Amino acid sequence: MRRRPAWPRKALDAAVKVASALAAALGLGFLAWILFVVLRHGAAALNWTFLTSLPSAPGGSGGGLGNAILGTALMTLLACVFGVPIGMLAGVYLAEYSRGTRFATTVRFLANVMMGIPSIIIGLFVYAVLVLPSGHFSGWAGGVALALLVLPVVARTTEDMLAMVPNALRESALALGSPHWRATLRILFRASRAGLLTGVLLAVARVSGETAPLLFTALNSPYWPRSLSGPTANLTVTIFNYAMSPYPAWQQAAWGASFIIVVGVLALTVVSRTLTRERK
Amino acid sequence: MVRRAHGRAPLVAEGLFRAAAFACAGFVLVVMAGLFVVLLYRSRLSIDRFGWGFLWSAAWDPVRDNFGAASSIFGTVASTVIAMVIAVPLSLVIALFLVEVAPPRLARPVSYGIELLAGIPSIIYGMWGLFVLAPLMATNVQPAMQRVFGKLPLFAGPPMGIGILTAGLVLALMVLPFITAVVRDVFALVPPVMKEAGYGLGATTWEVTRKVTVGYGMKGIVGGVFLGLGRAIGETMAVTFVIGNDHRIAASLFASGNSIASTLANEFTEASEPVYLSALVELGLILFVVTLVIQVLAQLWLTRLARQAGSTS
Repeated sequence: MRRRPAWPRKALDAAVKVASALAAALGLGFLAWILFVVLRHGAAALNWTFLTSLPSAPGGSGGGLGNAILGTALMTLLACVFGVPIGMLAGVYLAEYSRGTRFATTVRFLANVMMGIPSIIIGLFVYAVLVLPSGHFSGWAGGVALALLVLPVVARTTEDMLAMVPNALRESALALGSPHWRATLRILFRASRAGLLTGVLLAVARVSGETAPLLFTALNSPYWPRSLSGPTANLTVTIFNYAMSPYPAWQQAAWGASFIIVVGVLALTVVSRTLTRERK
Repeated sequence: MVRRAHGRAPLVAEGLFRAAAFACAGFVLVVMAGLFVVLLYRSRLSIDRFGWGFLWSAAWDPVRDNFGAASSIFGTVASTVIAMVIAVPLSLVIALFLVEVAPPRLARPVSYGIELLAGIPSIIYGMWGLFVLAPLMATNVQPAMQRVFGKLPLFAGPPMGIGILTAGLVLALMVLPFITAVVRDVFALVPPVMKEAGYGLGATTWEVTRKVTVGYGMKGIVGGVFLGLGRAIGETMAVTFVIGNDHRIAASLFASGNSIASTLANEFTEASEPVYLSALVELGLILFVVTLVIQVLAQLWLTRLARQAGSTS
């Protein structure tokens, strides 16, 4: 029998390996490119006035996005206040009270699906439920829209983290006469706190950079957020409005806002990832 | 009955906690059902007026109150197809690099970097796409493509930079980390015995990947592609920045267009007429139903796979 030469196969193998390395480098290259562009343009826009004062008039220079920074922080906080407790309790129910039931399977399935629903649809929903009946855009509606994005993420991580707690711990708490709710909050939550925190941080990171759900709910505003019952300034919708404007000063401000968003979101992501690694 | 030291109070607290937890879990069901009902209710004006024809009418005339979804659906499909054509092979190759080619010390940071791509908010991709990628496309990439491919209608028209092709490119970059993550996990799950059998027969890394790993992990790859597809279809801000926002259906990749999500983002707050608003909500309803179907299929597919993997191992 004649031997087929091995070199074409080896050459193909080497070619594929090189191509795969190039593809990975390409992905990382785009990451570096985007970060570099945002950091370079953004750093040029940043100064103390930018962080603390109100925006300039259209076409004017100077001014800042202090109101938008505050508004984004407030609505993200609101999203946590609404979304985290509800999400955690939902996760507790799935993990502790209804394991294996059809109800739990359905809720878990729908929570997974809900995470994949486009955020603009959530914005549309909150618009129809809160903004239309009340007759005006509001920071509350923006917070609720973001909370609906936080909820499924927190619910799923809570369930997963509780499921990883050794059963012996649960049983010992119950055997000592602790009611199930106290065992859950005092013992199981404490055992899985790093994981729970990771879930919350990831959800906050995801939500604080969201734009689409705020477009129809919080809208935007050139003023300080005095109350959350009117249109509320926020960084992401400001980026959208300013980037689409013809004024160079506003486009510059949009880069500054992008800088703040990118640094904030990536810091949250990295911190939560580090927490996860320590746990392992 | 055993006398309880604390009377009935602990039982009441337990009951309350359990009820609250049940209500919160049920809330997920309520929201998902509510999404569908509310969107359907708010689009009834448009549904009554245009019927099924809304889906294939290319009209979009706010002045005469005549609306159709065709151009938005076309732009959504076109940009998503471009994104998937680029992202799927690239993700497969990157996953191959992470699992089979790179040494673990290199694979971990690279994998981390690719995952960070998923952490960058959509609007940042939009800024980069509009101010960096689009000018580059207009001055360099698109004229070069026109020189190479000549007068094909696919590459006709002025190279403006923004348009369907640029939207597809940005989308590809955005869904890349999601598909890569799934495929990487699928590749890593292939039992070493299977691969070693291949190597033992003298196969190269590429041959083992193509004939063993991909074959074994095909179903998982399909699931990952579905997840990426769901992301790409509903992606809003990045697409809105670079697609051009024009209600038309053109054969050229360079033409501007719109997607369902970009139409909503652009026009919703301007829509003053009830029918206009209702037509936009109906667009949202279409997007919701489509992503819901894709998500449900992807989740069912992946959970079934996980169960199979669990029972065989």
